Formats: sequence, C-alpha cells, structure tokens
Amino acid sequence: MSAPVVIVGTGLAGYNLAREFRKLDSQTPLLLITADDGRSYSKPMLSTGFGKHKDADGLSMAEPGAMAEQLQAEVRTHTRITGIDAGHQRLWIGEEAVPYRDLVLAWGAEVIRVPVAGDAGDALFPINDLEDYARFRLAAAGKRRVLLLGAGLIGCEFANDLSLGGYQVELVAPCEQVMPGLLHPAAAAAVQAGLESLGARFHLGPVLSSLNHASEGLLARLSDGTQIACDLVVSAVGLRPRIELAAAAGLAVNRGVMVDRQLRTSHANIYALGDCAEVDGLNLLYVMPLMACARALAQTLAGQPTAVRYGAMPVTVKTPVCPLVVSPPPRGLQGEWTVEGSGSDIKALCRDASGALLGYALTGAAVQEKLALNKQLPALLA
Amino acid sequence: MGKWQCVVCGFIYDEAAGLPEEGIAPGTRWEDIPADWICPDCGAGKMDFEMIELA
Repeated sequence: MSAPVVIVGTGLAGYNLAREFRKLDSQTPLLLITADDGRSYSKPMLSTGFGKHKDADGLSMAEPGAMAEQLQAEVRTHTRITGIDAGHQRLWIGEEAVPYRDLVLAWGAEVIRVPVAGDAGDALFPINDLEDYARFRLAAAGKRRVLLLGAGLIGCEFANDLSLGGYQVELVAPCEQVMPGLLHPAAAAAVQAGLESLGARFHLGPVLSSLNHASEGLLARLSDGTQIACDLVVSAVGLRPRIELAAAAGLAVNRGVMVDRQLRTSHANIYALGDCAEVDGLNLLYVMPLMACARALAQTLAGQPTAVRYGAMPVTVKTPVCPLVVSPPPRGLQGEWTVEGSGSDIKALCRDASGALLGYALTGAAVQEKLALNKQLPALLA
Repeated sequence: MGKWQCVVCGFIYDEAAGLPEEGIAPGTRWEDIPADWICPDCGAGKMDFEMIELA
C-alpha cells in the first residue's frame, strides 16, 4: 500500500484542504492527525457563541468519525506528532514512525502567554480552539465580570460577544487605540465607542501586573495602579505561528513556516498552509487566505502544481454593535488617509499619490460600500 | 425572502437585498445562486458550507 498524504491539524486549514483534495483525488490514502478531539468547527465562530446562544458543543459542526467518513480518511485524534524525518519521508508519534507521500503542516498558531504575577494564573483563559472555548464556557457559567487582555481583533470581538452574553467586560491593553496596526484611529474610536455603549470599559495603556484570588472572585492590579475586581480573565494578546517542530526538522522558518507560492516548504514533499504558514513572506491569520491556499494546494497534491494567488484580503470584524471591515494597505506601500463620516459611520480610505486605493477601514453604515471598494484594492499576491 | 448565514464566518446573505456588486440581483433566492459561488467574506464554498437559514 502506498504511503498516505498526511495532514497535521484538523482546524479549518486541515479539514478544508482534505475536502478540496478529495474533490480531485478519491484514491490516495489520506491521514489527518490532530492533538485535539478532531471535531470540525469554524474558529471565527468562537467569538460569536454568546450572541448566537451556542456553547462549544453548539459550535461543533461534525464529529471526527463523520469527518473521516466524509473525507474517506483516517483521523487520528488526541495524537501529537513529535518529530519529522524529512530525509526518510516519515514523521514520528513517539516511537511510532508514520510514512508519508506528502506531508502538510496545518497545525496553526498558539496564543502568546504573558507572565502574570500573583496566585490566580489558573483563572486566565486563552481561547484558541474549541476545547479552550469549552473550558472557558464552563468556568464562565454563573460568573459576571470578565477581564479581557488585548484590544486586537479577537479582544474586541470577545468584548462584544461577552457583553451580549450579559458579562461586565473590562478590557486592558498596552496601546492607545483598539486594533492598533490594523485600523485607522477614527475607525478604532467608532468601534470602541460602540463597545462602550454595551457597557464595556477600556483601560488602554497599562498592562496587567498581578492577578490574585480575593474574598469574592479575583483582584487584578494594572501597571498604572488601577485595581479591578473580576471573576475570570480572558487572554487575547495575540498569536504566534507554531514553528518549533518544523525548525527542528530543518525546515526554513521565519515568523511562520516559510513556503513558496505553491505552499512548498524548503523541503520536498512537505507543505504548510493556514495560521502556521508564511506564504511568500505573508503570514495572514484569516480564513480567506487559508481557503485560497487550500484550493491551490489540493491541486498541487493532486498532480497539478498550482501557485496560490491572493486578491485583496479585507477582514470583517465581528463587532455587531459597530460593524467593521478593514483592509490595511499592503506592506511597503505608503498612502494618504482621508476620513469621511462621523459617529459610528466612518469611511477611512488610504490612497497613493496617483489616487489609487490601497486600503480602507469602514464602520457602521459605511460597510455597505465594501464590495464596491474591494474591486479597487490591489492584490496582495498577484 | 429569507436570510442565509455562512457557517464559517457568519456572513449573512439576504435574498431580498441580493449582492448587486457581485452580479446577484436583489430577490435572488439562495438555491438560484451558482454552485461555484464563494462567500465574499471568507471564501468558503456554497457546496461545502450549506449556509443555515436564519429564522
């Protein structure tokens, strides 16, 4: 029997690649390996659970057994690979050697953990996958006050969703605006005002210095001296692509596992896509580029080497209190911003010297213009 | 006229509004959208992710 195509990871990247591959090749054995329970779910939906009245089980779309049947694949759950022997086209699960025809790394990114002093580190929840979400929902049941670390995209989405769920949200982040680096300040102010209208409180500037158990819940101390009583803490300070195993196997890594436009790593027969991959220098932690990569890589694995192309990649941020869609200018391109609108309806456009649109941030009613504007945006990987 | 939601990213397709910028006229029913259509927000395919009908 020939060696299988092996995909490590069963998030959106792993399962969608398998799905696209099976549309083209129904014969080649396919093995998916995951450290998690292997349930199929959509990660972006984790920050919408309260608004949709769905817990972790409600957000699960399929059990691993159903996925295996649908994909004509073997799905090994709760299984962590421990090494890659690129020279012999095999990987290691402890002492067990698993040969592969082609290996695909789709193991995602991990949360950045910030060290926090005090005796209540156990009350700090990162939410990076469905199992994290299940743990958080269990801990949050019956609680009322949530401290959120991080004012990035995920922090803001959780601030909105937790507020909808009836929680008092306090958000702490060492920056001057929400979503710095992604968002024009005028749009950031609109989103922040929207979240504040739901009752969320912002502490922008300081960091969490210590977290301790108190007589009732927890007491958080911030670096500016502020003290906040809360019941649990959600950490959303950012993600870092998983690269250690790839680096140990001798694959080229940078921010992510480096791959070319065909999603090929520095070693033959090993590919990467999704949050762990740095595609031609771009590590985009969003669904749209991941889907583009899954379609291209499926072609390549089925015998038709195909380069991935990225058009514009606008990001829709799930802050329903103040809808937001943002497309930051591509790296290395400079432009001038103009801002129209007021209140929650902001249209911020970035144009180069010739007037060509490079990027935008749209909030509130202005998001309706996104499809028309998208046609004017430059492609990220033409 | 109903509304359909992408199970991957939450995008809502409103049959009454259509997606005129994508050439889908207002009033186009979900079942009349081509099978190769992909979600404008996340790129998920119509075939793979039957959107769910919102009540």
